[in-house]
Amino acid sequence: MGGWAIAVHGGAGVDPNLPTQRQEEAKQLLTRCLHLGISALRSSLPAIDVVELVVRELETDPLFNSGRGSALTENGTVEMEASIMDGPKRRCGAVSGITTVKNPISLARLVMDKSPHSYLAFSGAEAFARKQGVELVDNEYFVTEDNKGMLKLAKEANSIVFDYRIPILDTCSGAGALDSPLQMNGLPISIYAPETVGCVVVDSEGRCAAATSTGGLMNKMMGRIGDSPLIGAGTYACDLCGVSCTGEGEAIIRATLAREVAAVMEYKGLNLQDAVDFVVKERLDEGQAGLIAVSKNGEVACGFNSNGMFRGMATEDGYMEVGIWDQN
Amino acid sequence: MGWAIALHGGAGDIPLSLPLERREPREAALRYCLEIGVSALKANRSPLDVVELVVCELENNPHFNAGRGSVLTNKGTVEMEACIMDGNTKNCGAVSGVSTVANAISLARLVMEKTPHIYLAFDGAEAFAREQGVKMVDENHFITPENIERLKQAKEANRVQIDYTQPIQKDSPDETVLANGDSQLGTVGCVAVDSEGNLAAATSTGGLVNKMVGRIGDTPIIGSGTYANNLCAVSATGKGEAIIRATAARDVAALMEYKGLSLEEAAAYVVEKCVPKGNVGIIAVSATGEVTMPFNTTGMFRACATEDGSSEVGIWPLFVQKL
Repeated sequence: MGGWAIAVHGGAGVDPNLPTQRQEEAKQLLTRCLHLGISALRSSLPAIDVVELVVRELETDPLFNSGRGSALTENGTVEMEASIMDGPKRRCGAVSGITTVKNPISLARLVMDKSPHSYLAFSGAEAFARKQGVELVDNEYFVTEDNKGMLKLAKEANSIVFDYRIPILDTCSGAGALDSPLQMNGLPISIYAPETVGCVVVDSEGRCAAATSTGGLMNKMMGRIGDSPLIGAGTYACDLCGVSCTGEGEAIIRATLAREVAAVMEYKGLNLQDAVDFVVKERLDEGQAGLIAVSKNGEVACGFNSNGMFRGMATEDGYMEVGIWDQN
Repeated sequence: MGWAIALHGGAGDIPLSLPLERREPREAALRYCLEIGVSALKANRSPLDVVELVVCELENNPHFNAGRGSVLTNKGTVEMEACIMDGNTKNCGAVSGVSTVANAISLARLVMEKTPHIYLAFDGAEAFAREQGVKMVDENHFITPENIERLKQAKEANRVQIDYTQPIQKDSPDETVLANGDSQLGTVGCVAVDSEGNLAAATSTGGLVNKMVGRIGDTPIIGSGTYANNLCAVSATGKGEAIIRATAARDVAALMEYKGLSLEEAAAYVVEKCVPKGNVGIIAVSATGEVTMPFNTTGMFRACATEDGSSEVGIWPLFVQKL
């Protein structure tokens, strides 16, 4: 018990047909991020700084759905969102509708530290970013060829769905990637896999922090906000723990998933793993999602009811694990 | 068991010296909204319909900080947000940054029912509203002289306020409340339960006076300002940033579920222990027809009624109320 712990994720809900090459790239990125976080922890950086720097790394790398490599809106643009929370005083910061800020998680941090508010969005957030002098780029910077292709497939998949609530039962014609019957958000997982990123940390002083960042749902309506920037849904940290979630955003919001882990620890006295298991099993209804969590006692846990979750976990006593598929 | 309804027009530092001409229109509005809510429940309208229609009425009333009468951003504009949640299904809808839609709460309901999403904001929300043929109005429709004056005062004092308090530091664990005789507004909200135990909650607001453009508060954040499940329905009002970090609305339900507290105990706990003094008011109803309206501010514009005939309209704590 005690000591630091760190977990990172790159999204819950993984295409079972994901090429091996990509699985390897994902594991390498997660490993690199873990090491980055571990070095920082060993240099006694506080949890809040560690989660920010790790998520920055995930945003900058185009592999997952955040920062560069973000999913595209229905208009082919990128609108990113992120939130960060510092356990000790439950301070928090969040942003949505970010289009030119290179690292949304850092902007969320600035909202927390440098503004009188907790959540800024769209043009107001961008104006704040300019005033703060953060690094700005063109929206094009975030758009990758991969995702342009995905958007096209998403529109094709969508066009045969008359009511978005009715899942596609057959595979779609005309799109080679759509041979998996597995779905996320009611549509093929190969296109709609969330790949949101996040990091949770407890430092050696027992301070917890959490951070989450995403480009959101592929082909989303302009202005759509998901769970990632919502405190209590996608991100939460308090004295007891730090939590970051990923998966079907609407399900996570309805379940106030991140807060739920902390609430059952606080009000039911469950330990971290039991709390995570309980919440994943009992609170997701028909939704698919996953989460990573750390406790002030130096424990780390993850849980998901989706098909896999990109994740990595490490603790001070030397434990380290990076994985994609089901837990043992 | 039986139906119950509660509604609020904002919690905050409402001074006891509030002049009659500022008090009466608001009390009359609360009474009227209570009546229409109760009638709707008696006519077997669903709680979801009931909370929406009551909040619409409060939005249309210029004396409250929602819809017409919304407070202004630091640029003198209006950016409204709202949220609605159905207890049975936990379906929800939310909007932020709305400037030309007459009733933000109805737009939130449309997001819930007509899109695959929960939350739309700013340009995207406005575009959706136009697509849906929702009633659009000029932004000036929402701006009142009172609020122009409030903004002016806030800028002069260089503060962001829940309309009537001195500046609040974000991190202070225990903030003292100072009356300054300023205006008295807040968020609006309504929670309702029918005799079958179906629950719904709705909240709507213009936000904080002199807020930064793009600032989102607790109102549209499920679990913070608004929440409903099969145990209770909750709407919160006060300082958004404090309500968010306390996940106030969700915690009322969580305390009932995980610690077995009653509705009244759970809401009181959140108001007394989870949010700094002077920052929050909560209205809540339970599946069994109970109602509670605690607040840790000087006052909260509120009203409630239950099927057994009891009802209350008030501003300050009952023992203080000069009626």
